[in-house]
Amino acid sequence: MRLDLRHIQRWIEPGSRVLDLGCGDGEFLEFLGDQRQVRGTGLEIDGDNITTAISRGLNIVEQNMDAGLANFPDQSFDTVVMAHALQAVHYPDRVLDEMLRIGRECIVTFPNFGHWRCRVHLSTRGRMPVSKFMPHSWYNTPNIHFCTVKDFELLCREKGIQILARDVVGNTERQPVLAGTWPNLFATTAIYHITR
Amino acid sequence: MNTPADSHSVGIVKPQVVHFDTPLPLACGRDLPAYDLVYETYGELNDKHSNAILVCHALSGHAHAAGYHNAEDKKPGWWDECIGPGKPIDTNRFFVVSLNNLGGCHGSTGPSSINPDTGNPWGPDFPPLRARDWVNSQVRLADYLDIACWAAVIGGSLGGMQAMRWSLEYPTRIRHCIVIAAAMKLSAQNLAFNEVARQAISSDPEFAGGHYQGHNTIPAQGLALARMVGHITYLSDDAMASKFGRDLRSGSLEQGDDGNVEFQVQSYLRYQGSQFSSSFDANTYMLMTRALDYFDLAREYNNDPVAAFRHAQCSFLVISFSTDWRFSPQRSREIVDALIAADRPVTYAEIEADEGHDAFLLPIPRYVNVLTAYMQRVGASC
Repeated sequence: MRLDLRHIQRWIEPGSRVLDLGCGDGEFLEFLGDQRQVRGTGLEIDGDNITTAISRGLNIVEQNMDAGLANFPDQSFDTVVMAHALQAVHYPDRVLDEMLRIGRECIVTFPNFGHWRCRVHLSTRGRMPVSKFMPHSWYNTPNIHFCTVKDFELLCREKGIQILARDVVGNTERQPVLAGTWPNLFATTAIYHITR
Repeated sequence: MNTPADSHSVGIVKPQVVHFDTPLPLACGRDLPAYDLVYETYGELNDKHSNAILVCHALSGHAHAAGYHNAEDKKPGWWDECIGPGKPIDTNRFFVVSLNNLGGCHGSTGPSSINPDTGNPWGPDFPPLRARDWVNSQVRLADYLDIACWAAVIGGSLGGMQAMRWSLEYPTRIRHCIVIAAAMKLSAQNLAFNEVARQAISSDPEFAGGHYQGHNTIPAQGLALARMVGHITYLSDDAMASKFGRDLRSGSLEQGDDGNVEFQVQSYLRYQGSQFSSSFDANTYMLMTRALDYFDLAREYNNDPVAAFRHAQCSFLVISFSTDWRFSPQRSREIVDALIAADRPVTYAEIEADEGHDAFLLPIPRYVNVLTAYMQRVGASC
C-alpha cells in the first residue's frame, strides 16, 4: 500500500460513505472497507483496473473526471478522496470545487513538485525531472498540472478552502522531521484534509 | 470448437414446461386465466437455494440460452458464450434459469396458443403485456422452483428492463441486478423504429389483421422486413462497414454491364429476414415491441428514477457498449446516475466494441472479464 494511502485512513470515519476518484485497482477502497467498514464507490477509467476492482467486490463506476462529476448529488458522500490524480486532470481547481460540493470533507494527495530533487534536477540539468517517483517524460506524462505544496495552499486560500490537516510523506520513512518542517522542500507527497 | 461435448458447454439440455392455472392479473387490467411457461435450467440448485440466477431474454429470445437440444444441433443457445462450466455465469457454481416469456412463440403461452374461451388461437386478441407482467409470471416460476431470492437477475436490452423491474417490484427477492445494454425507457427514435417494424408486419396482406393462423397464411414478407429494419439498428455503422463494406455479392458496376447488382449487405439482410420470418410469430413480434415501447421504469414513481430506485435493495451492475446506438451508453449512464443519486450500490462499465447493440451477445474480452469479475462477487454472496 502506498504510504500516502496509509496516512489517509485515520481521517475516514468508520462506516462512512467514501468516494474515491481515480481509484485504480481498488486497493485503497478495499483497505478502507476492511479497516473502516466504509461504504465505498470508486471512479476509474482504466479497463484492467476496473476489472480488478470489481473482482475485489467493490462498486466501481467507469467515468472520466475530466468530463465532470455533475451526476453526484451535493453532499452525498462523507469523504471524497483523490489520491495522486490532481496533477493529471484538466482543471484541478474545478475538480476540487466539485469534490467539496459532493463530499462533506475531502482528502487530496499529490506529488510535490517543489521537492528539492525536482529543483536540483531542473536547475542543474535544465530539464524536466524524471525520477522513479515521476517516471514519465514531459511529452508523454499523464501529469499535466504539477504543483508544489505552496501552490496548493495558495489555491486553497484563494478559494476559501479550509485545510483541516496537512500530512507529508518524505523521501524515506526516516525523514518525517525534515518533510514535516520544510514540506515544500522535503515532501515527496503532500496530503491534505480539506473542507469548505 | 462449439459442440455439446465441449467441457465448457452445459451439453444437451431439455426444455421443461410448467402450467399455471391461477389467473395472472395483467397491467392492462385483464387476467390471463391459465398459461404455460417453457424454461431451461443449467447447473445445480444448492441446498440453501441461494445460487439461482434468472436470465431474462430480449425481444426475440427464448428459453434456450445455453447448450444443445440434441447432438446434431449446429448452434448452441443464444447466450452460450456466457453460460456454462468455467464461463462468466459459471454453471459449476450457479443454478441458471432461462425461460421463454409469456407472449412468446417458443413454447410459452402467447398469441399463437389456443384461447381456451374460443378454442381458436389468441392471435391479435392476446392481452398486451408489459415487462412487469413478465416479472410477475417469473415470480411464479421462482415460487414453483422454490427460489425465494435470486442471487442475480440478468438481462440484456429488453431483458435488462425486466431485471430492473424485478429490483423495484420484488426488492427482497433479488440480490444482484445485472443490466446490459438497456435503458429506463425508449427514446422517440427507438419508438419510431418499432413502429416501422410493426407497420411492415401489419401492412403485409397475409397478416390479415393478426388472424393469419385462421387464414392459414404467414406474413413472412412483413416479418422479414421488420427484422431487417431491426437488424440494421442492432449493428453499428463500423460493424456493417467491416462486415460488408460495399462488396458485391453478384453483378458488376462496370460501365456497359447492365446485370443485376446485389451488395453483400442486401443479401445478408434478406437472409436474416427470411430466417427470422420462418421461426418467429408476427403477433409475438407486435406484442414484444409494444412491451418495449411501453416500458418506463419510473412511470409509477412520479416519473422520478431516483425515487424508483430507492425501492431497490440489491446491488447493480450496468454495462453498455460504445457503438450501441439503439441503447446507447448515455441511456445506461442515466441508470447509473439515478442509482448513485438513490444511494444504491452500482458498478458500471462502458465496453469499447464495434458491434453495436449486438455486442451484448458476443464474447468481447473486456465484457467477459467484467461479467466474470462481477459474477465472482455474486457467487461470494450465495
